[in-house]
Amino acid sequence: MIRSLPRSTAYNTGFKTFIILYFTFLFAPLIVTMILAFNNSMFPSLPWGGFTLDWFFGNGPKKYGIFHDQNNLRSIVTSFKVALSVMTLSTVVGTLAAFLFEQEDFRFKGALYFLMIAPLVIPGVILGISLLLFANSMGTFFENIFHVYLKGFNPGFWLVVFGQFSFITTIVTLVIIARLRKFDRSLEEAAYNLGANRFEVMWFITLKYLRPAIVGGAAIAFLMSFENFNTTVFLVGSQSTLPINLYLQVRDGSTPVINAISFLLIVGTSMFAVANLYAGKKKT
Amino acid sequence: MTTSKKKTIKWGFFIFFIPVFLWLSLLIILPQLELLRLSFMSTGKPGFTFKNYLAFFREPIYWLTFVRTAMYSILVTFIVMAIALPVSFYITKIARVKASGFLMVLLLVPFWVSELIRVYGWMILLRESGVINQVLVNLGLFKQPVEMLYNDATMIMGLVYTSMLFMVIPIIGVMESLDDSLIEAAYDLGAKKITIWRTIIIPYCMSGIISGAIIVFMLVLGSYLTPNLMGGKNSLWFTEQIYNQIIIYFNWNQGAAFGFLLLILSSLIIWVFLKISGQDLKKVIK
Repeated sequence: MIRSLPRSTAYNTGFKTFIILYFTFLFAPLIVTMILAFNNSMFPSLPWGGFTLDWFFGNGPKKYGIFHDQNNLRSIVTSFKVALSVMTLSTVVGTLAAFLFEQEDFRFKGALYFLMIAPLVIPGVILGISLLLFANSMGTFFENIFHVYLKGFNPGFWLVVFGQFSFITTIVTLVIIARLRKFDRSLEEAAYNLGANRFEVMWFITLKYLRPAIVGGAAIAFLMSFENFNTTVFLVGSQSTLPINLYLQVRDGSTPVINAISFLLIVGTSMFAVANLYAGKKKT
Repeated sequence: MTTSKKKTIKWGFFIFFIPVFLWLSLLIILPQLELLRLSFMSTGKPGFTFKNYLAFFREPIYWLTFVRTAMYSILVTFIVMAIALPVSFYITKIARVKASGFLMVLLLVPFWVSELIRVYGWMILLRESGVINQVLVNLGLFKQPVEMLYNDATMIMGLVYTSMLFMVIPIIGVMESLDDSLIEAAYDLGAKKITIWRTIIIPYCMSGIISGAIIVFMLVLGSYLTPNLMGGKNSLWFTEQIYNQIIIYFNWNQGAAFGFLLLILSSLIIWVFLKISGQDLKKVIK
């Protein structure tokens, strides 16, 4: 039944077939998408019209490859900006939150911890609409009371950043807490005894120790932000992020340029993922 | 010396506390309260009203969609569970040790790729002009292409596909620590495979199964892309009703009421999951 026990051949082959089918199911859509990025055809489907790189480098008149597709390029840039902002903000706040929950004691800590993990069980759609409605009410409030018009309350870049930040920070916090929990606090005490203050201890001892978790958390934050759709769709203004832009094109039908974008994203994220896994294994 | 140390610690506390407090109050608590408040309001008329909630119960399309979404989300969670258990078992207990590390990486890679691209891949495969239809027609198995997208079965398969890994990863995490000798002992005493699964493996992995189930259920219930793109016009998913009210009809109060109902449903079902399995939310989320 397991490695160390005798198993019948029927059991073995049966299980192996199941696993092969499972991985085929897992990879078939990704591989087909990637292959069709090189198909010389106006539609992302068979028949195979020959190999071409036009969907990457083509510059009209019929085929516009991704590197000449202004609309998609612009949304990729927007997504990068959003993801970098979310990554920075949630890594900083996530680290502070990890210290707060692991190293400080205060009243209502349990309640605050519960609130901190709540964004994980609130559907992203609801995070999106609640922030949209709240920001809108705040905007009207400021306009009526102080007669100032604040652009930040309208759907747009900052609302998207804060919407994604609101739940991604929870994940970053949990990643950092997991490592901070294994930290030997006598190292901190030793530093205190040698005359270091709280911030020196944090900077030279604890944060050094936490570095792999912080880097890993930041990487997860970047990717989650880059790919988010559910929360972003309600908060986005005139500058759409890549997933929103791709969604419109997939829904209404488009040329294989989407396959080319998918190809780049799949290759990029897999390399990123493998590097992240490998780095995580080496450092712990 | 000790007093000054205490003072800096107090300062440290506020530096940790204030950003976290601002995050949770401004981006989580207040928006949720505003959502609740607006769901009891109506545009144009001041004052408190149940109109938005009454509309939900009066229009069968709304509550039928709601029930349908809940039922299908539970169904998807159970299907995912049934597939994830043997997969995790193979990777942790049957595959050769070297192969299992490789399989783990292989499992994780699609998880990093965005949901939209995975759904797009299925659309290319399944649609009427899609790859599977072309291959089957060329092989002579089909006389003419069949539309395989835009039905409930495909939509469920898509939801299973996109949420699968969130179940496999927590289960693998727990199953790795299951001591092989427990299974060996049961085997030596003559236990059948079903008995071993029922009395050893599943109870041991319960915490992983429940945390996977909560994440999968939540993701499926709140998903928009997969039902919308794979289920088409017939998908009738509740998040689409919210989207329509807010983005298309611009009826924010109705949308707020729907959003709040969805929030209640997801909290309720997660609570039931926790109660049935006797787990604690804090323990389940690491």
